[in-house]
Amino acid sequence: MEFSASETQTMLRETAERLVRDRYGFEERKKIIASDDGYSPALWREFASLGLLGVEVPEDFDGSGGGFDDIAVVLEALGQGLVVEPYLSTVVLGAGLVAAAGTPEQKRDVLPRVAGGELQLALAHGEPQSRYALNHVETTARKDGGYYVIDGRKAVVLGADSAGLLIVSARTSGKTQDAAGISLFLVERQAAGVGVRAHPNVDDRRAAEISLEGVRVSQDALLGPLDGALPLIEAAFDRGAAALCCEAVGAMSALNALTLDYLKTRNQFGRPIGKFQVLQHRMADMVMAEQQARSMLYLAIENAGEANAAARRQAISAAKVQINKSALVVGRGAVQLHGGIAMTMEYIAGHYFRRLTAIEKMMGDTDYHLSRFSEG
Amino acid sequence: MDLKYPDGAKQFADEVRAFVRAELPATIKEKVIRHAKVSPDEQRLWQRKLCDRGWACPGWPRQFGGPGFDAMQRHVFDNVMSEEGAPPALPFGESMIAPVLFHVGSEEQKAEILPRIRTLEYWFCQGFSEPGSGSDLASLKTRAVLDGDEWVINGQKTWTSFAHFANMMFCLVRTDPAAKLQEGISMLVFPMSLPGITVRPIISIDGGHSVNEVFFDNVRAPAKSLIGEANKGWTYAKLLLGHERTSIARIGQSKRELALLKTLAADQGVGGTSLLDQAGFRARVAAVEIELLSLEITALRTISAGGAPGVEANLLKIKGSEIQQTLTELLIDAAGPYALPYDPLRGLGDNGLGSNMEPIGPDEAAALTPNYLTTRVVTIYGGSNEIQRNIIAKSLGL
Repeated sequence: MEFSASETQTMLRETAERLVRDRYGFEERKKIIASDDGYSPALWREFASLGLLGVEVPEDFDGSGGGFDDIAVVLEALGQGLVVEPYLSTVVLGAGLVAAAGTPEQKRDVLPRVAGGELQLALAHGEPQSRYALNHVETTARKDGGYYVIDGRKAVVLGADSAGLLIVSARTSGKTQDAAGISLFLVERQAAGVGVRAHPNVDDRRAAEISLEGVRVSQDALLGPLDGALPLIEAAFDRGAAALCCEAVGAMSALNALTLDYLKTRNQFGRPIGKFQVLQHRMADMVMAEQQARSMLYLAIENAGEANAAARRQAISAAKVQINKSALVVGRGAVQLHGGIAMTMEYIAGHYFRRLTAIEKMMGDTDYHLSRFSEG
Repeated sequence: MDLKYPDGAKQFADEVRAFVRAELPATIKEKVIRHAKVSPDEQRLWQRKLCDRGWACPGWPRQFGGPGFDAMQRHVFDNVMSEEGAPPALPFGESMIAPVLFHVGSEEQKAEILPRIRTLEYWFCQGFSEPGSGSDLASLKTRAVLDGDEWVINGQKTWTSFAHFANMMFCLVRTDPAAKLQEGISMLVFPMSLPGITVRPIISIDGGHSVNEVFFDNVRAPAKSLIGEANKGWTYAKLLLGHERTSIARIGQSKRELALLKTLAADQGVGGTSLLDQAGFRARVAAVEIELLSLEITALRTISAGGAPGVEANLLKIKGSEIQQTLTELLIDAAGPYALPYDPLRGLGDNGLGSNMEPIGPDEAAALTPNYLTTRVVTIYGGSNEIQRNIIAKSLGL
């Protein structure tokens, strides 16, 4: 397990942290969230020009050809800064899938535009009835000459609102819960029959409900093998879960620092509240939770791209369980130690709590990953 | 499982249940069950129905216009009302300032204020916390100086629930800065319409508006605003907070949330069965149900002992609030990915359900996450759970 950072990683971390520090203050963030787009297109262009969108994109497609361990340091900085830009959906899930499964033409069409900040992606997989089960796909794609016709609904699709291209999973054969028979398609967001109802999530990132009614795509839009996309989707979600772990650890370290500072500076009963042992012990638990989460983050990073699916699944599930648990200890603890002030929109602690609440519910909750881990 | 109540109590429970089912408008019940906000008009409408039935202010003795319930009836009443989705009574008037008035209010104050609390003509808010005085309430700095026959008030309160709806405030003010902290505080009651009072909203992390900052700039309140004796306000505040803690256990409300949790979890499909059939989830639901059962029996023991609430009040607050939080946690777990959408249009506006748009995800899931977020406050307010445990430890001689 690699615990030390490479030169590239140190540089990426500094770049991302500087960007967050300089451009993502509390007031700026508030404006970004309230804007129509729900993210900052200007900042997205800056991400691109600093090379942050192409970290993992192969060099042949205008990226830097790095690995998940490189992207991980960027994600941690984004977590620290509570960044709402659609990085996870576009860079980790979307571009990751195209790089993993795309034809040379698809890669050439999509990846340079992602790296350049011109195109955003969203993975439209979850459905109203699926909860966290990745094999549950009711949406269908029916072959019609040289086309596929897609019908169905997708739920809580991260980043769909601003995406130009959706990666839609659909059943090309088999029954709703079958592992085989699922395929992926590249679908233009503006294509006829695609309905997108956007909404903010509890962490102020945008997601959407998507309806697909007779959406016709060319057979060239098929991404990866016909009927055999589930392993790809599982790998993408494991990368997504690992990415959330990075963000969560970033958010936890920032929130713990904030809470610690509050304990040292808030006075009640004539002394800093951090002098009270009961609060000291809770803070100690929160710091331990952060450290345990950081340890498991290394496991997640090491396994995010693991080719052996069974090994990858166990490692990612183990990491997500620990990080979910830690996120609750740190998030709920921070609110309790701050008291009323953390219950308001006017102070950043509550926003960290909201992000950690969301992360715990994304890409598999604790019960889901506990069960997957124990299945081996 | 349900506890067996004595026969009389059971009959009374049936009577209360029948009343709520007949009188509570479905729209209000819907809001309460779905965690949407009940408007002031709806709150008043329900209060009027309670007045007509003689059940308004269930904790009040008959002499002040209450129903004169015994402790068991009170417990049953609160439980059934909550289980049936009746809007919870606003505590500030009927459960907080009223008991203080029973004890130390002047005849004039009792005659003026109590009947108006009962009808909700007087909607009270509580001016206690200040920016620098949270858990350490006795350090409060808002000043009141007697000038002729008026108190002149300057300072600031915060976390003032429903100050934007209230037309009256009871307020702790420092009247003797030279005295020991607890001995220089007085309690005043005055209208929110007095010149110099400014209410500023605080938006909480669910996006809702329940609490406020309240500023006092040379506010002049008549001398008769004083409750009891000057500089005895701390004693009255302790009396009042004791009452707040008993009602804060929210046993009936938690029973209702538990029922909602079971319904929601039974509707969630997981690998061919329901979430409620999953051993892990089922065990967590059972665990909180047993905690809640224990709490109710503790409450019943307290009632049967008949004494003034002592350490039991702290226990009820701590356990009651922890159970409330556990239930909100399980509810968002049950909602799964649909815990994520956060649509301020869905039931979160101050005026209730707010939007005619079809909700995102199942109806019941709509306000669960905001409810989870706001319920973090129950271990903070009314004396934080850390403070409650300190009180228990102190009573043990530690």
